Amino acid sequence: MDVTLMLWIDAALTLMILSFLYRDNPFYKFAEHLFVGVSAAYLMAVGFWDHLVPNLLGKLFPSLMSGVVPGAVGRSPDYYYLIPAVFGLLLLTRLIDRWAWLSRWALAFIVGGAAGFNLPRFLDSDFIIQVQSTMIPLVVLDASGNLLWGASFSHVVLVLGVICGLVYFFFSVEHKGVLGHVSRAGIWVLMVTFGAAFGYTVMARISLLTGRMEALGAWLGSIF
Amino acid sequence: MRRRIPLIITFVIGLVLITGYFVTRAPFNTLYESFSDYFAIITVFAFILGGGSLLKIHLKRVSSRATDWHYSVVTLVAFLVTLVIGLFKVGNPAGMGGEILAAGSWLRFMFDGVYNPLSATMFSLLAFFVASASYRAFRARTKEATILLSAALIILLGRTPVGAWMTAWMPESLAFLELPNLANWIMAWPNTAGQRAIMIGIALGVIATSLRIILGIERNYLGRGE
Repeated sequence: MDVTLMLWIDAALTLMILSFLYRDNPFYKFAEHLFVGVSAAYLMAVGFWDHLVPNLLGKLFPSLMSGVVPGAVGRSPDYYYLIPAVFGLLLLTRLIDRWAWLSRWALAFIVGGAAGFNLPRFLDSDFIIQVQSTMIPLVVLDASGNLLWGASFSHVVLVLGVICGLVYFFFSVEHKGVLGHVSRAGIWVLMVTFGAAFGYTVMARISLLTGRMEALGAWLGSIF
Repeated sequence: MRRRIPLIITFVIGLVLITGYFVTRAPFNTLYESFSDYFAIITVFAFILGGGSLLKIHLKRVSSRATDWHYSVVTLVAFLVTLVIGLFKVGNPAGMGGEILAAGSWLRFMFDGVYNPLSATMFSLLAFFVASASYRAFRARTKEATILLSAALIILLGRTPVGAWMTAWMPESLAFLELPNLANWIMAWPNTAGQRAIMIGIALGVIATSLRIILGIERNYLGRGE
């Protein structure tokens, strides 16, 4: 595709979206609706070729898919894959009001699958491992037995921070008295976390904006 | 039948996956692998459902001449053109057997020329809204807002050359107060503490909700009515 044409399209779409900073307008709405259409179709096409073709059609019809799925030649069909095919088609009945109730079967598969995957995974990586990683010594000594103040302080901050944060999320008891103070400290720890996330988000967005400004600069450079 | 069968499906799938995770012997491990594959395939159908739903909504808006229906035409045309290009690999130099995003293909052009600039600019808009939000938070003058903004500022400055330059004059004994070091310390300790508390809380919530779903106590996903 012509590079100049790409630059013009790129710049036009960028300016259309940025025009929202002034106020909502037809150019922004056009770009917004274009984005919705293109991104939905793009994700569908990528999902079709990257997942459905090799993992479903390549398993059910290997001889038909031999040209597009590497390794499908000579493979015999795996009819167990009719199960996800049927459930997938049942999901699409949601689009037909009369048959929409059938999509609940496919939805039940997705919801049950997500629950079945998530329960042990979260139990292992987000609960047990996190609790285990928090069980660290509060007093850190070097090889010759001297107290390392900095490392000890950091460890205390981590352990107390996790405890205070968890107390804040514990709603079974009213946060009054000592619990209230601990919970308040928990809020401060959480605020530091949100602040760090906020800082990173700002950096990421500004770097995107810089990229867009560079693209506009390249476009202006091609004109003048 | 309309409610009981989905509940049975959820229970069986959930139980098989949990058992397959802990029991690594046949048939549980093979069932776990097969169900993982099936799960991934069915979720791709959700994308197709999303596309179909988008088509249905916008066609309805165009046919009923709803407010701003012209923009629905834009969405429909963009959707259908990109879909045809993507599904039939139009313009792909290697034909149907080539990579979907092969260099020179029309879908690659749609990705680089339309999708990328639109998504990057859309998300970069947030930089302006974030700036206005932080200004409002700063004006709130609460202790919590001050802690949040101070942490954000230290991270922002500490991760850029400006931060290092601003505090480079500090003596060796106070090196830990240099902005890059301070940012690293915040990320490694207080930030980790907060994240860990959130993760443990989320994990407990997910475990409880998953159990409720598998046991059929939580049924909201089935919707109302028969």
